[in-house]
Amino acid sequence: MTVRERLRQNISAAFYRHGLLCASYPVPIILFTSASILTCCYPLLKLPLPGTGPVEFTTGVRDYSTPSHESQGDLSERPDWYRGPPVAYIQQVLVKAAVSPWDNSLVPVDVFRSPLGRVFSVLEEIRNHVYTDRSLEALCLQVTDLLPGLRRMQAVLPEHGCLLVSPGNYWQNRRDLFDADPDLLKTVHQHEPKGLHTSATLKDLLFGVPGKQTGVNLYSKKRVVTYTITIALSSYDARFVASLRARLKQLHPSANCTLREDHMVHVHFKEEIGIAELIPLVTTYIILFAYIYFSTRKIDMVKSKWGLALAAVVTVLSSLLMSVGLCTLFGLTPTLNGGEIFPYLVVVIGLENVLVLTKSVVSTPVDLEVKLRIAQGLSNESWSIMKNMATELCIILIGYFTFVPAIQEFCLFAVVGLVSDFFLQMFFFTTVLSIDIRRMELADLNRRLPAEAGMPPPKPGPLRPRETPPPPRPSPHTITLQAPAFRNLRLPKRLRVVYFLARTRLAQRIIMVGTVIWIGILVYTDPAGLRTFLAAQVSEQSPLGEAGLPPHLGVAPVFPGGDPTSTLSGLPAPEPTPLPENQSQGHRAAHPEVAPVSSPQITWGPEDEELWRRLSFRHWPSLFSYYNITLAKRYISILPVIPVTLHLSPQEAIDTRHPQDTHHAPPPIPIPGGGWTGISRETCFAGAHARMVAALGLFAGVVLVLLLFCLYRVLCPRNYGQNGVPHGRRRRGDLPCDEYGYSPPISEISPLLLRGHSMDIECLASDGMLLASCCLVGHIRVWDAQTGDCLTVIPNNGGCWEHRDGWDHISACEAESLLGADFREPGGGAVGGQDVDIFPIRRRTTPARPALFGDQPDLTPLIDTNFGLSPPSQALSSSGFDFGGLVEKAYQEHEPSPTLAFPPSPPASQQRRRSLGDQPVLPPELPPQNNGDWDSSVWAMELRGNLIATGRSSGKLELWDAVEGSLRCSNEDGVSGITALAFLNNRIVAARLNGSLDFFTVEITKPLGLLQYRGRGSLPPSPCYSSEDVISCQLTRSVQCAHQKPITVLKAAAGRVVTGSQDHTVRVYRLEDSCCLFTLQGHSGGITAIYIDQTMVLASGGQDGTICVWDVLTGSRVSHVYGHRGDVTSLVCTTSCIISSGLDDLICIWDRSTGIKLYSIQQEVGCGASLGVISESLLVTGGQGCVSFWDLNYGDLLQTVYLGQSSEGQSVRQLLVLDNAAIVCDFGSELSLVYVPSVLEKLD
Amino acid sequence: MVEVSALSSGALMRRGPYISMITNRTMNLLLRAAMLFMVGVFLALVLNLLQVQRNVTLFPPDVLSSVFSSAWWVPPCCGTAAALIGLLYPCMDRRLGEPHKLKREWSNVMRCVAVFVGINHASAKVDFANNVQLSLTLAALSVGLWWTFDRSRSGFGLGVVIAILATLATQLLVYNGVFQYTSPDFLYIRSWLPCIFFAGVITVGNIGRQLALYEYKVNQEKTHQD
Repeated sequence: MTVRERLRQNISAAFYRHGLLCASYPVPIILFTSASILTCCYPLLKLPLPGTGPVEFTTGVRDYSTPSHESQGDLSERPDWYRGPPVAYIQQVLVKAAVSPWDNSLVPVDVFRSPLGRVFSVLEEIRNHVYTDRSLEALCLQVTDLLPGLRRMQAVLPEHGCLLVSPGNYWQNRRDLFDADPDLLKTVHQHEPKGLHTSATLKDLLFGVPGKQTGVNLYSKKRVVTYTITIALSSYDARFVASLRARLKQLHPSANCTLREDHMVHVHFKEEIGIAELIPLVTTYIILFAYIYFSTRKIDMVKSKWGLALAAVVTVLSSLLMSVGLCTLFGLTPTLNGGEIFPYLVVVIGLENVLVLTKSVVSTPVDLEVKLRIAQGLSNESWSIMKNMATELCIILIGYFTFVPAIQEFCLFAVVGLVSDFFLQMFFFTTVLSIDIRRMELADLNRRLPAEAGMPPPKPGPLRPRETPPPPRPSPHTITLQAPAFRNLRLPKRLRVVYFLARTRLAQRIIMVGTVIWIGILVYTDPAGLRTFLAAQVSEQSPLGEAGLPPHLGVAPVFPGGDPTSTLSGLPAPEPTPLPENQSQGHRAAHPEVAPVSSPQITWGPEDEELWRRLSFRHWPSLFSYYNITLAKRYISILPVIPVTLHLSPQEAIDTRHPQDTHHAPPPIPIPGGGWTGISRETCFAGAHARMVAALGLFAGVVLVLLLFCLYRVLCPRNYGQNGVPHGRRRRGDLPCDEYGYSPPISEISPLLLRGHSMDIECLASDGMLLASCCLVGHIRVWDAQTGDCLTVIPNNGGCWEHRDGWDHISACEAESLLGADFREPGGGAVGGQDVDIFPIRRRTTPARPALFGDQPDLTPLIDTNFGLSPPSQALSSSGFDFGGLVEKAYQEHEPSPTLAFPPSPPASQQRRRSLGDQPVLPPELPPQNNGDWDSSVWAMELRGNLIATGRSSGKLELWDAVEGSLRCSNEDGVSGITALAFLNNRIVAARLNGSLDFFTVEITKPLGLLQYRGRGSLPPSPCYSSEDVISCQLTRSVQCAHQKPITVLKAAAGRVVTGSQDHTVRVYRLEDSCCLFTLQGHSGGITAIYIDQTMVLASGGQDGTICVWDVLTGSRVSHVYGHRGDVTSLVCTTSCIISSGLDDLICIWDRSTGIKLYSIQQEVGCGASLGVISESLLVTGGQGCVSFWDLNYGDLLQTVYLGQSSEGQSVRQLLVLDNAAIVCDFGSELSLVYVPSVLEKLD
Repeated sequence: MVEVSALSSGALMRRGPYISMITNRTMNLLLRAAMLFMVGVFLALVLNLLQVQRNVTLFPPDVLSSVFSSAWWVPPCCGTAAALIGLLYPCMDRRLGEPHKLKREWSNVMRCVAVFVGINHASAKVDFANNVQLSLTLAALSVGLWWTFDRSRSGFGLGVVIAILATLATQLLVYNGVFQYTSPDFLYIRSWLPCIFFAGVITVGNIGRQLALYEYKVNQEKTHQD
């Protein structure tokens, strides 16, 4: 044993023990895991929250010194970023200017023209300020070019010099340009961007205060103009700044100014994420989600797919968090952008292990205990998991040695993440999986209980939520097309989307949410208009409208659309004597009313201290970014503002007027008081706004209607409302396929009932032209597969009447049948008597009377019990020939001559006695001994040409002539009951209960044996044995111990015989020399189903629910899937897929090459086993009194054909597909022959 | 004997336009090419954005201000190349008959794409000490990508050949002044460009193979039906 092997074993054993542990104590382990996750994530709390908002830190001005680059450990309150000099020191000079006293001769433009004009003198003052040979030029932040994309801003932003911005920049800091400007507002607003803007605009940048506070508009109520002059200093000289402050204060004293001047604020900016950077990030996240989606989609065969997928994602995510947390704990601060590397980390860690684990556990045998399943699944995959993990660690280690800091950090995170992921997989996910599996088994148990307890089927309701209640059964022989939407089918994708939409009412909800958001935005952006509008509406509509009106009167006029009177500014407001400045006064309660014409008051309050806080947080970054200076991960220091108060006299304001100002001024104020003009203009403005809102609303409404219309078109089929009109009785509209313009082939599929059997049908066999059936009593009937006529009845008068349900009853039944050996005693009835009478007479005749069968079609199906009345001649002939055949075969073994040796030979009897060793009763009744086989029931039947081979429970093999109903030969070599038969060419293989396998050769010894071939050329050779031929059946070889346990399945094709047994093995024999080629081991339960076809495809299914596909040439296992909970009951392969059915009443369709389950069809209880494939794409399954046709490619139900009225309790247990595309299924005591007509058309 | 029956032909018909599109060979080819083209265009846009952000490539300024931040001809070129490569890979697989060693699943393909984007990310954003280190790292990453997601010799060969061709083409383009790199260290371009090309070829080849798998499956069904 190599080291590798030993290692592997050790790992596997360790995993096994671990799996046992996890599955045994799920709750403590999950608690433990959660605790450890939380512990590891705890350090994450220290990390700053993600976000791009700036962070502030305030220091005092007096003892300020530029922070050094080295971190100082003692100053713990200092943030990490507060190191080194800032990008710039921002010194703002806050100017408040007003024309006072205000008098009525002034026009609104005067409010800001002269105050703005004073900026130039202040600027001059600042520029020229010198303090001990230091000028502003030396200290300020020198900027170079603007970014190339900002050419249009070149005129207004400084270039190649100090970064000093003020409103004067609009006029290139030139007083003459300002004076010559006819329309200041236009100049200011021409640079404003249109539409919605979130970042700082040029106006904000130059004025340095939020746009609304500047007071630069015609309707200002305060008539105070506020602006700042912003200076960016590259280095901090306390004395210079102090002297500047002193100088400005001295020049323009602010009377009541109590601004604090002792704090400077340092603002640190995070990395800015722009749209351009966001796109790759979003892309990686989309890819990540696609990866997670495609991975978790593979989880199958568990109780809760979503739960496990969630657990998998949680495993990966929390392992990432743990890795970051652990790294932080050990002092490694993440410098990488977490959001960016996160997707790659997930991809590196991957979900693969989790999926592999799930698959491995799920594919362990179901009959094991949950603990053992988990343990086994874990240990199966242990080696590959360890190998993968080692490989990944190696790769990451290599990455670590690139010595690139970023990659090293990534690798470190990845290593810790991998290890913690492994830990979580082992503890968290495994435990979750065990819980899930346990739940599944419980559910399975609950579901199975009623069926296993032998309960009658009609209670599928609560147990099978996915099944529709059976539709009202229509009259017999009609077809209903079930709407298959509720079966778990694979519908076309588009339809599934539509169904999903319909089911979740997604569209409606989205529309509702959209509307709510829209209204919210409206309310948010336009509170005044909408709110007043709503208020007006409410007041109008309220029943108390009259009473409620007066209080609202004051509000309603503000909204012009609601009340036309308000637009007429000439009309007096409800208040007869309005104070002209009542608006501004109302808002500014602090102002005392001094005069009818108020003078603007300049006040300084604490809100002016840090006016920059009200700016957009992108204000500074965008200002600096214009000069290609990034503030990301850096900080600026904002010095306390310098307040400047300017009072201007009215005369000064008039002097600085531009000639056009008066023209632009609003028309003479009809009513004294500028306040009212303001109001009227505002209402006009509000009116325009309201119209805009209304237009927007209308537009949105139109869009909504269009959207709804589209949705309607999508959700409703185009031919909605035309259902059923052209096609009288067929409900086509139910089918989801309508939208393709397709409806399933409408053809009259009417089942043909073949009646005649009195008991349930036991065996079915067909060669395409003929159909043989055998009932529990032992009657064999031969039918014409084309017409459904009954050709022959091979009566069996006695026999075992017991219903055999399973293998358990075999011995009892056999014993009974053997005890009641004399068939004449139990087999009452006239025919029996006739038989007995005629028997001796007809003994030597070799009857070949085809003429007698002329009237045979009269016996056809509908005559149920007339088999007793059937012409005696037939009975005669059959029994007579029966006898002859028996004689020739049983007593002259290996004797080709047909007519000889009727007298029984002692060896034969000896042999027979040996075979039925415990039955001393039998030898005496030698003459009718051929009747002994009547007592035993038929267990297996095969039909080839016109020979029926039957295997009986007594171990006897008989060959009957299908047309004449005569026994051609019989072989009693075996003792044990024949459980399965295969009849291929001229060989018969019989599998016996004791596990032995007998090979017989059928020899036709007629010299002129014309082996005419009936049927079409491509049929397997089905020679028509004429009745003159002498047929002998010789045991060529008997494999005594083919299997240790009873052989359950026997199939033959392509020169191979395949047997499956309860001893868990499949054996492959060559048909010619009966040599065992392979013993295939791989199942962990008895074999229950085998499929082999001409192309040497071999598939087997076992009691463990597994399906194995084998290579017949090499004996190797090609694929192995765990398919069913419970036995696999039948298996069919097509060229592309494998169809299996199981005791769990599921029909699963697998891809043959990959072993992936394509889809499954839930069957009704007890009908799972019957299925057949008509063509490559058409599947037939049996149900409760019906057969269903499915499209194999998509799993769509094409048609359901009901077999009869009285089919409630009867389920189709066997289903046989004939060559002529007909289907035969047993149906209680009746047979049903269903043609698929369209297939037939094609055939002809 | 039982040919394609009317029922099954009906079943063929009822598959609707989508499946018949897949089964139709030329249509399928076109469909795949279109999808690959889209993938190529998308990746080109996104990855170019990464490079432009870090001023690795420079386009004339007026183009820069346009929506897609790169010259208009770059995404179509990448798309066409992606379509060609994505069709070439499955075709070559069929010719050479080399069996796939790895499981072909969409989750794997997605992983591959993610790693490819990651390599681009690293090339644009990670600060390396020098160019040689950067190029070597990226080369190792690309080969790792091939080993993890492809592992076929033909894929490797095709990737190398196309990477060399594409590098040559880029050299020519830069030489003729169509665009330029900020700090070329390998004649006119960056030395990691071949690695990126190689990784891209492997990724697109992976996608192409996965797409071809659908056609293969459907065709298999179809031929068996006939």
